[in-house]
Amino acid sequence: MAGPVLEMRSIVKTFPGVKALSDVTLTVRQGEVHAICGENGAGKSTLMKVLSGVHPHGTYEGEVLFEEGLCRFKDIRASEQQGIVIIHQELALVPYLSLAENIFLGNEHTRRGFVDWHETLRHATELLRRVGLDDHPETRVADIGVGKQQLVEIAKALSKKVKLLILDEPTSALNDEDSGKLLDLILQLKEQGITSIIISHKLNEIRAVADSVTILRDGRTIETLDVKDPETTEDRIISGMVGRDLEHRFPERTPHHPEEGTAPALEVRNWTVHHPIDQQRKVVDDVSLTVRRGEIVGIAGLMGAGRTELAMSLFGRTYGRHAGGTVLRDGREIRTKTVPEAVRHGIAYVTEDRKHYGLNLIDTINRNISLSALGKVARRGVVDEHEERQVAEGFRKSMNIKAPTVFEPVGKLSGGNQQKVVLSKWIFAGPEVLILDEPTRGIDVGAKYEIYTVIDQLAAEGKAVVFISSELPELLGMCDRIYTMAAGRLTGEFSRAEASQESLMRRMTKDKKDKEVTR
Amino acid sequence: MSTDVTDKTPAAAPPGRNGAGTGDGLLQLMLDGMRRNMRQYGMLIALGLIVALFAVWTEGDLLLPRNVSNLVLQNSYILILAIGMMLVIIAGHIDLSVGSLTAFVGSMAAVFMVRNDLPWPVAVLLCLAVGAIAGAVQGWFIAYGGLPSFIVTLAGMLTFRGLTEIFLDGQTLGPFPKGLQTTANGFLPEVGPDTNYHNLTLLLGFGLIALVVLQEVRDRRRQQEFALDVLPAKLFLLKLVALTAAILTVTLLLASYKGAPIVLLILGALLVGFGYVMRNAVIGRHIYAIGGNLPAAKLSGVRDKKVTFLVFLNMGMLAALAGLVFAARFNAASPKAGLNFELEAIAAAFIGGASMSGGVGTVLGAIIGGLVLGVLNNGMNLVGVGTDWQQVIKGLVLLAAVGFDVWNKRKVGS
Repeated sequence: MAGPVLEMRSIVKTFPGVKALSDVTLTVRQGEVHAICGENGAGKSTLMKVLSGVHPHGTYEGEVLFEEGLCRFKDIRASEQQGIVIIHQELALVPYLSLAENIFLGNEHTRRGFVDWHETLRHATELLRRVGLDDHPETRVADIGVGKQQLVEIAKALSKKVKLLILDEPTSALNDEDSGKLLDLILQLKEQGITSIIISHKLNEIRAVADSVTILRDGRTIETLDVKDPETTEDRIISGMVGRDLEHRFPERTPHHPEEGTAPALEVRNWTVHHPIDQQRKVVDDVSLTVRRGEIVGIAGLMGAGRTELAMSLFGRTYGRHAGGTVLRDGREIRTKTVPEAVRHGIAYVTEDRKHYGLNLIDTINRNISLSALGKVARRGVVDEHEERQVAEGFRKSMNIKAPTVFEPVGKLSGGNQQKVVLSKWIFAGPEVLILDEPTRGIDVGAKYEIYTVIDQLAAEGKAVVFISSELPELLGMCDRIYTMAAGRLTGEFSRAEASQESLMRRMTKDKKDKEVTR
Repeated sequence: MSTDVTDKTPAAAPPGRNGAGTGDGLLQLMLDGMRRNMRQYGMLIALGLIVALFAVWTEGDLLLPRNVSNLVLQNSYILILAIGMMLVIIAGHIDLSVGSLTAFVGSMAAVFMVRNDLPWPVAVLLCLAVGAIAGAVQGWFIAYGGLPSFIVTLAGMLTFRGLTEIFLDGQTLGPFPKGLQTTANGFLPEVGPDTNYHNLTLLLGFGLIALVVLQEVRDRRRQQEFALDVLPAKLFLLKLVALTAAILTVTLLLASYKGAPIVLLILGALLVGFGYVMRNAVIGRHIYAIGGNLPAAKLSGVRDKKVTFLVFLNMGMLAALAGLVFAARFNAASPKAGLNFELEAIAAAFIGGASMSGGVGTVLGAIIGGLVLGVLNNGMNLVGVGTDWQQVIKGLVLLAAVGFDVWNKRKVGS
């Protein structure tokens, strides 16, 4: 077997308040396809950013060796000159430029400072052939599908004389057919001597194309396995991904046993949602679920499973195109076509992306908290500022929001405190059903515990809580019942007693193809 | 002009850490409050400096009662536009059509009153309705049609300018009825005994002081009722004294000439009204919310389209008001009226603390920004600076004001 082409030794990367990578070692052999897997937040993307120079040399500890030379990349350009090219999950193509222009963007074929169109088109055609595309190089990127765009990204990488190709979740936005083509291409490139690193959640894909797999967990390398080894089963990989012991990180909960017979607080029947642009794609596929009063129901799924899309489409149809299904509150069918309607029916959605969808960062704590229910502190359309301030002060104390006053802009708060503001905002709205989407993402352990306590209290008060998370321990620690989701479908339902990290992960990594077998 | 409509009065400063209010604590408290509202205080100080500079340069002519009166009249229409523009910019949009709309409404006013001899109060209401409709049409395209406000209002700018010329046949049309002129151009009536001062203006000033003090005291009591921290007594007293002094100065200045211009009263009412709405009304909060973070506002149940629509409708109505004041002041409707007004109003809003990305700004800020420009205009006229250099200087002031803001934010943010 060939020697290592890439070695990353004891990489440590800290962000303010969070240690994203605490000790990662990665060795990739010349000419192999190397998979990296791990839960969301395990440090996969951060590691690739270190490798590609997005986090420049000097902002991390440890060393990176490529082709036996020490790398000191100061930006992406520097790593690309060495032949390391990363293709991000979100494609970085300019939609209104042609394929050829995109392929050579920043790297144009020129003659005396002007673009040499003949050479550009000739070379683009050649590169497109290599990735299996026969579209004309003057086609606009906006006019081809996502699957082809992914291939154009690879053609662009080839134009840079790529030696090490990094693909971050390359198939997460693709349908089965396009995924298959892409994986075939990776194998072809391997034969041409190009080494690939592929980050993926889909274990069947890893088994299909990878030679070895490195598992990350909590910013550490757990192990590197040889995929061809018969001992490397999917279960083996899963146990590596989740193998973490449950400490006392959750408040003691007495699971609720809601009375039988009463209608569930929230019931969703046959909910189907299409992608807003690619309308062939079902992002949420025939989902039915129930949540009772006082119950915390988890939805487990990896990135791209459709959890957020499900939640947002239920909450005022703020995602995608609704293609069928009904929502019932306390047994009665309700309309939730707009956000105000959903709120009026006592539904609240706490977003996973508090900075973009949850908070007005330039405004103060008190105004953020009151926004979704201003009517509660207003008479005849006029806000009573003193009452508003008193409400905010109340939340500041009860939620332990660390800020000198409620007049602090929320943009200045830490992630944990921002999350407490978002939660306060929705608790203030007085909902009966709370959908919490990754409520503890990116916040420290102490703040997590506080948020768990709040969630537990909400359930104890008789609210119905939907808890979306990709961190299995927190679901196991908090939920009465857990649904698993993969590729837009519910793939399992577990009671608190039945659920384990392994059983959940097995259902979360099911792809559409083998679903029929297991069901 | 009362200052209790600022976004953050000192009451919003951090509550007294040493509530006793010692001298040190007081100063600290004031500095804290100022640092929080750097932009607004900065512009207030800049306005003070500019006034002082020109007062010295013109050997006191700038602050002559007659000139102060004049300054208000000269800038009233820009200030009216700046209030509406501030709302538009806070909501994250821009309106380029207001200059043309001002001229268009002026031409409609002439058509109603000069050509068709409608009674002037009726014509005024019709004109305001025209402005509201024009604003609503643009607002509909922006809010419900999803077209960028820059494009829609650029189209409006061309359309309304063209319509003005069509209605006026390229001619200037006038004069307007006496009633309109005395209202838009005149002063409060003389009443009572001869005191060397304008009695009604004095009365109004004193009334305003009483109102402001009463409001402040009531507000403080309400805060205590809700068990919230209040300003230390000493600082509260200082605030009252400062407010009283400011109102008294302006009152005396105006009262020693012909009294308060009626337009000033309209402006004062707009400032107080819109300041209150933007700070205290639900719709005001929603305007800040959609400008600050549109997706988050939508997910909070804010009806963003309706709010955007109303903001533009309001802008149209204010542009109509400005058009009426302008036409009445020059006693004629002209096809060239209101040229570059939109740019002056936009400049005023940005000098007064608005942000290009929306979500930030206060109505008082727009007025301060407009006054900075107005005093510059007036002062430079008095000392005989040509219009060529006036434009250069105003451009540099805009650049400096926004540059200072960006620099200040970067410093705080890092």
